[in-house]
Amino acid sequence: MSEKIATRDIYGQTLVELGRENSRVVVLDADLSGSTKTKLFSKEFPERFFNAGIAEANMTGMAAGLAAGGMIPFASTFAVFAAGRAFEQIRQSVAYPGMNVKIVATHGGITVGEDGGSHQSVEDLAIMRSLPKMTVLCPADGPETGAAIRAAAAYDGPVYVRLGRGKVPVVFDQDCDFTIGKGVTLRDGSDLTFITTGLMTAEALQAAAILAEENVSARVVHLGTIKPIDIDLVLKAARETGAVVTAEEHSVIGGLGGAVCETLAEGCPVPVERVGLRDEFGQSGTAEELLAHYGLTAAHLVEAAERILARK
Amino acid sequence: MLTDQQIRELEETARHLRVEVLKMLHTSQSGHTGGSLSAIDVMTVLYFQRMRHNPSNPAWEDRDRFVLSKGHAAPALYACLAGCDYFPRDDLKTLRRLGSHLQGHPDMNKTPGVEVCTGSLGQGISQAVGLAMAARLASRPSRVYTLLGDGEVQEGQVWEAAMSAAHYGLGNLCAIVDQNGLQIDGATEEVMNVGPLGPKFLAFNWHVLEVDGHDIQAISRAFDEAEAVTDRPTAIIARTVKGKGVSFFEHKASYHGVAPSDDELERALQALALH
Repeated sequence: MSEKIATRDIYGQTLVELGRENSRVVVLDADLSGSTKTKLFSKEFPERFFNAGIAEANMTGMAAGLAAGGMIPFASTFAVFAAGRAFEQIRQSVAYPGMNVKIVATHGGITVGEDGGSHQSVEDLAIMRSLPKMTVLCPADGPETGAAIRAAAAYDGPVYVRLGRGKVPVVFDQDCDFTIGKGVTLRDGSDLTFITTGLMTAEALQAAAILAEENVSARVVHLGTIKPIDIDLVLKAARETGAVVTAEEHSVIGGLGGAVCETLAEGCPVPVERVGLRDEFGQSGTAEELLAHYGLTAAHLVEAAERILARK
Repeated sequence: MLTDQQIRELEETARHLRVEVLKMLHTSQSGHTGGSLSAIDVMTVLYFQRMRHNPSNPAWEDRDRFVLSKGHAAPALYACLAGCDYFPRDDLKTLRRLGSHLQGHPDMNKTPGVEVCTGSLGQGISQAVGLAMAARLASRPSRVYTLLGDGEVQEGQVWEAAMSAAHYGLGNLCAIVDQNGLQIDGATEEVMNVGPLGPKFLAFNWHVLEVDGHDIQAISRAFDEAEAVTDRPTAIIARTVKGKGVSFFEHKASYHGVAPSDDELERALQALALH
């Protein structure tokens, strides 16, 4: 797990590959193409790239129109603007009609870093998850991002993909598969299960290794799809380990933690600890400082595991 | 140029469509009367004279597209679509009923001939821009028409869309503003005066035309001119009368979202028959 890759870099490269494979793939951005990495696509396919300028609402509507005209549009900007600024456009012009639009939001979560709380989306997964017809993906690393973007392109319907800014540890193999709606058990265990998404999956794997030294057997289930959630895998983990710790770079309200709790409350109530932002906004700092400050590290996951074992 | 005969026929079609709109709104007892009647003449010219479309094959790729950005005028759209035989006229009686394919606002997944979902103001024009981009990318001859309300243009997204359509030189796009001067809360210039619309579109580098939105010949000529301008989008500011065709509905904001009563329907149908 020593190699680190930014998910947005893989996104940019994958878009170019998709562009070569399918002339119906078009890309939109809102003046952040250097940051979201859609610039790579714009250089190779300038006629299929539409910069909307700083106008996310119109970008989203144009993407919907392009989809209605038979194209496969990918629309990108930062997560705060994609899911927040253009929320109602996503609702009305994309989700409600079930339009074949892929919204790929980079710079999700607090690891945006120095730009501060105004630019750190801690609510996008919750907002997007609440929309009927919307599929919500949050890959763990570079390789899974490539596979997830390909899966999103192949799927006919609206998809929201959350990516990050910084480099994150590689968890998956280069040639990994991605099936929308399916989670992956990355490490088996019997005492508790970490159910994680995004960059927190790498932290959970570290935490599980630390716990193993203490003779605690922790399972790690990664959910690259937040919606539709892999109900079977979540319930199986709860039944077999009897305790769940969720972890996400997002508010504990409405995102992965919320989705897992909803699933468990209906199907297999077991003690749950939710690791994430405790109903608060972020602030300026380095990504590493912020992850430590808000309790999103392997060490914090170990503590959460110890708390939940005491509740079992 | 339309012949006198063509104009008479289109005027007759528009009269029938007004009757359909009033009957369907009377049956549903819910919906937007004033803005449907003001838009009828422009939409009549589009659906019955101007647009290349094929009701027996709504998915025909090379068709022209119409986006009703002012989605609350759905009854006018449904009357046009039924009039073109996209679906049986009898369906119009189900407007806004549970299970009907005729939703309160246009739904592309339910109604044959509806291109996109609209109703949240300001969003249709952006989708029309996207459709025009797609047509150009696919080298389709399709033209894209979108009809906006003059209250709707208070939405900032309309101007984002206007900016992008001109930036990308979408000569295959034509936006029509149904300028009836009224919105739910009153006169548009009193609720929120956006000022003269023509100069605004002009400033965004659109080709701009202003016409009497109830003059069939003038509307048709404006579409001729719009089609001849290929390097930029065209905006047609159509001066209209809210509730047009039924004197006691005309110029009244109070009929924006109100369906006709039994008595009003009877009087309205009499008035339209006398025209």
